Amino acid sequence: MKGIQVKALCAIVAGVAIGIGASGQASAETPKHGGILKYVVPDEPPSFDGHIETTFALIHPVRPFYSVLIKVNPENPSSTTDFVCDVCVGKVPEATDGGKLYTFKIRDDVKFHSGEKMTAQDVLATYQKIIFPPAGEPSARKAFFSMVESVTAPDDHTVVFKLKYPSGAFIPALAVPFNWIYQKAKLDKDIHWYETHIDGSGAFIFEKREAGAYISGKRDPDYYIKGRPYLDGFQAIFAKKESLRVQAIRGDRAAIEFRGFPPKSRDDLVAALGDKITVEESDWNCVLIMTVNHKKKPWDDVRARRALTLAVDRWGGSKYLSRIAIVKTVGGIVFPGSPLAATKEELQQLAGYWPDLKKSRTEARRLLKEAGVDLSKTYYLNNRAVDQPYKIVGTWLLDQWKQVGLKFDQHVFPTGPFYAQLRKKKDYDVSMDFNCQSVVNPLVDVSKFISDDRAGNNYGSYQDREVDALFDKMNRTADPAEQRKYMREMEKLTLDTHANAFITLWWYRIIPHRSYVKGWKISPSHYLNQSLDNVWLDQ
Amino acid sequence: MAVTSAEIDSQLAAARPPLAKAALTLIRQQPLGAVSGLLVIVMILMAVFAQQIAPYDPIANHYEFMQLAPSAKFWLGTDQFGRDILSRIIWGARTALFIGFSCAFIGSFAGLVLGVTSAYFGGWFDLLFQRIMDVFLAFPLIIMGLAVVAIYGTGAQNVIIAITIPLIPRCARVVRSSALAIREIPYVDAARALGFGHMRIILRHMAPNCMAPFLIMLTTFLGQAILLEASLSYLGLGVQEPTPAWGLMLQGGAEEYAESAPWIAIFPGLAITLAVFAFNLFGDSLRDTLDPKLRSR
Amino acid sequence: MYRYILKRLLLMIPTLFGAAVLVFTLLRLIPGDTCELRLAGSGGYFDQSALDICRHEMGIDQPKLVQFWHFIWGIVRFDFGKSMWTGQPIVSEMAMRFQLSMEIAIVATIVAIVVAVPLGTISAVKQNTWIDYMVRAISIAGIAMPSFWLGILIILGLLIGTQYFLGTPWMPPITYTPIWVDPMKNLALIVWPAIATGYRYSAVATRMTRSAMLEVLREDYVRTARAKGLFEKLIIRRHALKNAMLPVITVIGIEFAFLIGGLVVTEQVFNLNGLGKLFVESVTNNDYSMTQALVMLVVMIFLFVNLLVDILYAWLDPRIRYR
Repeated sequence: MKGIQVKALCAIVAGVAIGIGASGQASAETPKHGGILKYVVPDEPPSFDGHIETTFALIHPVRPFYSVLIKVNPENPSSTTDFVCDVCVGKVPEATDGGKLYTFKIRDDVKFHSGEKMTAQDVLATYQKIIFPPAGEPSARKAFFSMVESVTAPDDHTVVFKLKYPSGAFIPALAVPFNWIYQKAKLDKDIHWYETHIDGSGAFIFEKREAGAYISGKRDPDYYIKGRPYLDGFQAIFAKKESLRVQAIRGDRAAIEFRGFPPKSRDDLVAALGDKITVEESDWNCVLIMTVNHKKKPWDDVRARRALTLAVDRWGGSKYLSRIAIVKTVGGIVFPGSPLAATKEELQQLAGYWPDLKKSRTEARRLLKEAGVDLSKTYYLNNRAVDQPYKIVGTWLLDQWKQVGLKFDQHVFPTGPFYAQLRKKKDYDVSMDFNCQSVVNPLVDVSKFISDDRAGNNYGSYQDREVDALFDKMNRTADPAEQRKYMREMEKLTLDTHANAFITLWWYRIIPHRSYVKGWKISPSHYLNQSLDNVWLDQ
Repeated sequence: MAVTSAEIDSQLAAARPPLAKAALTLIRQQPLGAVSGLLVIVMILMAVFAQQIAPYDPIANHYEFMQLAPSAKFWLGTDQFGRDILSRIIWGARTALFIGFSCAFIGSFAGLVLGVTSAYFGGWFDLLFQRIMDVFLAFPLIIMGLAVVAIYGTGAQNVIIAITIPLIPRCARVVRSSALAIREIPYVDAARALGFGHMRIILRHMAPNCMAPFLIMLTTFLGQAILLEASLSYLGLGVQEPTPAWGLMLQGGAEEYAESAPWIAIFPGLAITLAVFAFNLFGDSLRDTLDPKLRSR
Repeated sequence: MYRYILKRLLLMIPTLFGAAVLVFTLLRLIPGDTCELRLAGSGGYFDQSALDICRHEMGIDQPKLVQFWHFIWGIVRFDFGKSMWTGQPIVSEMAMRFQLSMEIAIVATIVAIVVAVPLGTISAVKQNTWIDYMVRAISIAGIAMPSFWLGILIILGLLIGTQYFLGTPWMPPITYTPIWVDPMKNLALIVWPAIATGYRYSAVATRMTRSAMLEVLREDYVRTARAKGLFEKLIIRRHALKNAMLPVITVIGIEFAFLIGGLVVTEQVFNLNGLGKLFVESVTNNDYSMTQALVMLVVMIFLFVNLLVDILYAWLDPRIRYR
């Protein structure tokens, strides 16, 4: 018993040292060791393979078992440009060879939970699977790496990425929290092994999965950052109903939920528990998009489409909806926290963002009349059977459109049929769609709005070569001022002049958690900063 | 051939208790039933005259009045979109009764016809039919609901389909057993001897004589359908916003705000309970009146 | 008797087959499939070849008849295969959930019997008194009240009540602990949903007990017993109750079979990881293999419980003869 305490003490000292090393403002308090962190997760992940899945429901319970090459700085997760090494050594390397060569040194002391040592070969195999998957093997983020020419591992400590052209989108893509490092030997044997098994090198060792109920992990004593993790283990409990997740925190059946609660729930929790609850808030790199079906009359007419966006009172919606839903910030096609985002003044130039709502709605009515839109008809809004914020924003939009005489019916489907409708059936006039990314990377994120034959995930059935050209120009330049200029032009075309697709309101992340949870910092994405090695309990 | 078809019809009619008389008996013998009947009538009036009764537009959002407690202005408070809850409950009666009556009528009529037909033909037809009914009886209701919604999407008519399908076999089974007895009475034999078509015998001669179980099933179904609709809505599979519907009002916001704005959750729940309560009590009394075996001697 | 049971077992086969056809068809009518959902469910990129490979692995690119044959052949061998969504064996996915659903069904049944039999009997014996009216009103309210609404009120009541009286809010656990691991923790979870569903359940059973009792009390042999001057209590206990139990058993049987897998809404309210929740998830995930297995399981339970009820009938009432 004594021995463990002494060990723990040393570990704390080591941990603090690293904390300070990473950032100056950390560790006002000394982290305590021990305890099990219980948190609620809204959904259960489909498989365990981060390379093919795209849902946060996999990140929250499973990310703590894995390590990655680089990650967003856990001490400064709201920055969109601050990255640190995880299994690489030192700082994130700068590019050489005119911005086309990145060389990573891999740590020597990383071990998989199954006991084998991690080498550069494992990192190589991992990125080969992600960037160049064998024919027909899925990889959710292959498209993020279109600039990569090759990945090699000249020796067991070095991984080299060679790019086709310099790109500001490369490092953010590397830092995507799904790029878990797998073992080469296991991948060679069966590339699907990681779909149903877990063997990582993260701070926690997979302990148990109780189907539908929870996933639990225990502390890895051999974790390569000495003294980490602070927790003895964690239990990620699946709870579908949002009200129940809030109640769970209130009744202390769970300490935190990492996705985000609506403001009202925050207020209720604070009112009931006072300083036992700590609230963290941040802008959120997720947005609901109104996808207009360009193939369906009358929406093939740009005037009709513009009327749709002009009818929507975004500034007012921000004020009221932010009280009942997880949306808040008015923004264009770029995440509002990013330097590439439009300012308020710039936004107010765009249709649907005018400060004068009356003028905007009058214009909408005029356009509808001019385009000969049939106002006696009831139109079809396709929506997803998720309350927050889909159905709330949908209900809000119906009311907004009603103000200019447009009648819509909300058709709500569970996820599967919803996407089938969005992608293939296309009975809808307008559909909800969303763009939700992990690492803020606007240059790539806005690819949702380029022509449908190029984007792969643009479901509005339109081609707009002008937008495509701007997108390409923007991605081939490294000058931020120029990027910003092209971005503004692309935004204006997409949202206003050509009225291709529309942004509703950007999400707003509110995490009210038990105050005894320490060390976790909010980020603009519920995908980020979930390795849990830095989290501790003050109990 | 002295007997005409009209005579047979009228003789068959005489064999069943006249409806008006039954209604009178109901009021005299079942005061509880009469009260529930009154409740049902009030609900129907509410549904029919929702436009005139409701103080506000049930679907207009009023962002300045979000989540207000019950007051003189909003008797039952407002919900998260600032909509008047009383108005939504009044309009919700329309949705509930529309879905309830549609499901109950379609379900019990289909059950009546199928049950009588099965009993009338008997033999292999009856056997096959019974097996099919067994499948639907044993089949989990929720899968039916989920599948219908996943295939056709949400909306009132799809909810009706999802709820009605499992009701049919329940009614058919009960009707069939009483129709089996009727098949043996001489009138039906006479009708058959006169060469009436199967359809005519089934619909005009046999079905009306299965009225007692039919009516009981009908009222029971009314309550059940309203409850099922509420459950489907609660799961997000029912009618959709902004349609005013009781089950829908209990979903999403109602639960989230149940503590700080309990009126959002309590009143629609009460409306459902009261409605189903009334229909069930009414059905009960109806059964006591119509079912001779239970009639107090 | 054995011949009767055998005949009934044989009659189950067409019903099971019919249910299999029905669930198979329904699932294939739902747009989208599990591969599409998994690869692109959250709006990400995907390419067609990955979709094709996934579909091939799942076997959903085969002709429908072949798929149906695999499904039926699997049932015949009691091999349900793997969940298409999680890739884990279905039996292990279901094990704990089945246990939870079973436990709630059993506890709710106990609640129902304990409440229903005495209440229903009193109500019948004291027909048309205020006791009768009370019991009837309470039991009809139980049938009328949406159980999820009751559940919401229970959780809220617990949180607010405990905070008010004890200072710290308490709510039932949100993860299931088997009863042999920690009985207290287990019951702390099970009791509340069992009450929420047990109320409705006992209401149904109370009503059935009452009307069955009423019927029996008018039978000739009860009159004879009365005429013989036997005590009322004895008559009720010895003669009436036993015979009135037959329809009550039917109702309890049907409700019990329904509770396994039918608690979808209550499970949502209490975050119970039971079969009902699995039903919803597997249908929304287009998980054909899991949904099919679940439906077959629930239908089988329904049929067996029905058979059991009929056998009990014969055992309790020798007048019933089986051919």
